[in-house]
Amino acid sequence: MITEGKQKIWSDYQKEIPDDHWYYVRSCIRQNFFPASEKMFTEITQKVLGKDLYETPHHTTCGGIAYHCDTIPQETVMTIVARQFALMTEAGYENYVPSCITSFGNYCEILETWHEFPELEAKIRENLWKACKREFKKPKYLAHTSDLIYHWRNAIAAKAKHHLVNKETGEPLKIVEHIGCHYAKMFPSKGVGGAEYPYVLAGMVESWGGQVVDYPERRHCCGYGFRQYHVKANRGYSVSNTHKKFESMEPFHPDAIITNCPGCPYFLDRWQYVIAEQTGKTYGKDGFGIPVFTYEEMAGIILGYDPWDLGLQLHQVAVEPFLDKIGVEYDPKAKYLGMNKEDIMRPELPKSIKCC
Amino acid sequence: MNNKDNKPKNLYEELCKDYRFKEGFHTCINCGTCTAICPAAEFYKYDPRKIVSIVQTRDDQQIEELLKSDTIWYCGECMSCVTRCPRKNGPGLVIIALRDLSARLGYFTESEKGRQLLPLTHIMTGNILNYGYCVHPKSFKWEDHKESGPVWKWHTEHLEQSLARQGANYMGDGPGILRKIPQESLDELKAIFDVTGGTERIRIVEEYSKAKAEEMGMDMEEYERQAFEYCSDKHFNH
Ligand code: SF4
Ligand code: SF4
Repeated sequence: MITEGKQKIWSDYQKEIPDDHWYYVRSCIRQNFFPASEKMFTEITQKVLGKDLYETPHHTTCGGIAYHCDTIPQETVMTIVARQFALMTEAGYENYVPSCITSFGNYCEILETWHEFPELEAKIRENLWKACKREFKKPKYLAHTSDLIYHWRNAIAAKAKHHLVNKETGEPLKIVEHIGCHYAKMFPSKGVGGAEYPYVLAGMVESWGGQVVDYPERRHCCGYGFRQYHVKANRGYSVSNTHKKFESMEPFHPDAIITNCPGCPYFLDRWQYVIAEQTGKTYGKDGFGIPVFTYEEMAGIILGYDPWDLGLQLHQVAVEPFLDKIGVEYDPKAKYLGMNKEDIMRPELPKSIKCC
Repeated sequence: MNNKDNKPKNLYEELCKDYRFKEGFHTCINCGTCTAICPAAEFYKYDPRKIVSIVQTRDDQQIEELLKSDTIWYCGECMSCVTRCPRKNGPGLVIIALRDLSARLGYFTESEKGRQLLPLTHIMTGNILNYGYCVHPKSFKWEDHKESGPVWKWHTEHLEQSLARQGANYMGDGPGILRKIPQESLDELKAIFDVTGGTERIRIVEEYSKAKAEEMGMDMEEYERQAFEYCSDKHFNH
């Protein structure tokens, strides 16, 4: 790929990211499906890098998914967000970091709309006072959690125990990056690298030794589509979009996929399982799928954390072929153990896609 | 409740009051760029260009037909079109405004995809008001989500142990993953719903759905199940 022009555009979209003192809000989807990724984020931020990251138990959903499922009015989602900002203000923070792309897009859109229509912001302030007797300041900086990992990517690389390199051949591993639509498609200036050449995940991959795969459907949606997944009757939409992406990336033989969004890793992982069960087709080598990771999982792997502490056992596509390639040691027998090595049985094996 | 009871004089003018519409609707040159990039247009008989074009006619009858159709419910709100439109339109934003109006007027019950608004409203607002999350383990049933695979069946069967192993604070006090959101915070969410029209929206969606279920000769449970699961083959491109 010709990178010179792209490098130029990337450099135009480098956003300012403060190095410390962040107010953290969690993601509904990630807490459900990738809980250990959020655990890893706080671990890296607070313990590995020694940064100040604050969370209050009183924060809630931002309402973004309900809003994009068209089930709540705009004033409702805006007032929920205003309450989140009030909690940040009361805690004495001004840098706000959500762990979710839907939230990040939601916050960007709301702040932009208030900027354009100040009378609406005034109405929301009134709503919040009426409902909760709270007041708020808007965040001075808004970043997504992946922006912070991107910002600290070289500090993480400096502590790495593994690299995204094939230990047999010494070749960089080929990594597909999936950004997630709401990161920069609506407000390109809010994302690292903008909408055309988002660099947030590519920067991590390069810094950790891998090579980014450029493929035709790189920017295509994973197929979440909100109501197109949450309603059972619509899920064909969701799997069809994932299918299109996999058919497009297959000829490039990626070793893994790194994702930005809460939903994307779930869909790219689970729809591979469904496609295999329905058609027998798998996209990895020897009947395996292509493993899909969150950016915290990938950071955790290269920092040398135990894969089962990273929650990789909750993926349906086996991660072991990837771990073997880069030389991560793990105990296969410990994969499905509970707390204190308690035996909590094992999942059944799928019929078509190979699992370990 | 009757659709005609609260029908505004002019649907186009009603749309113009919506901030999503103000942001997403400018002059459309009918170039079709949005349709070319749109993931929904590939899968469904769906063409965002046509939607923006119909709205641009300001013809109330055509807009009413749109509000009662399956068409407006095909979009996935990915906003890929927003990046690409040469005239700075956001067809995805226009869709949000159309869906909002369709919900308010009860027109959503006139289409198969529109009727899905009832189960969606129950899932989403139920999770927010009961737990403080949009998605929650207590309402995410494996039986309704078999695509989540055998690993998720195992996870849900051993939910507490598995979540503890992942470092979650499931239903626990204090901060952390899947913590119990304190009751006073849930009360605040409820107050926000009451003040901002969220509660009223739930009532409207339920009331129109009930009337439609009666018209279709179904009880509410059957109506909601069908809306959630049934998919006719008229929607697809291929
Ligand atoms: S927001 Fe809707 S109309 Fe726009 S590209 Fe996405 S699916 Fe298509
Ligand atoms: S891309 Fe913009 S101008 Fe072109 S048809 Fe779509 S909405 Fe109209």
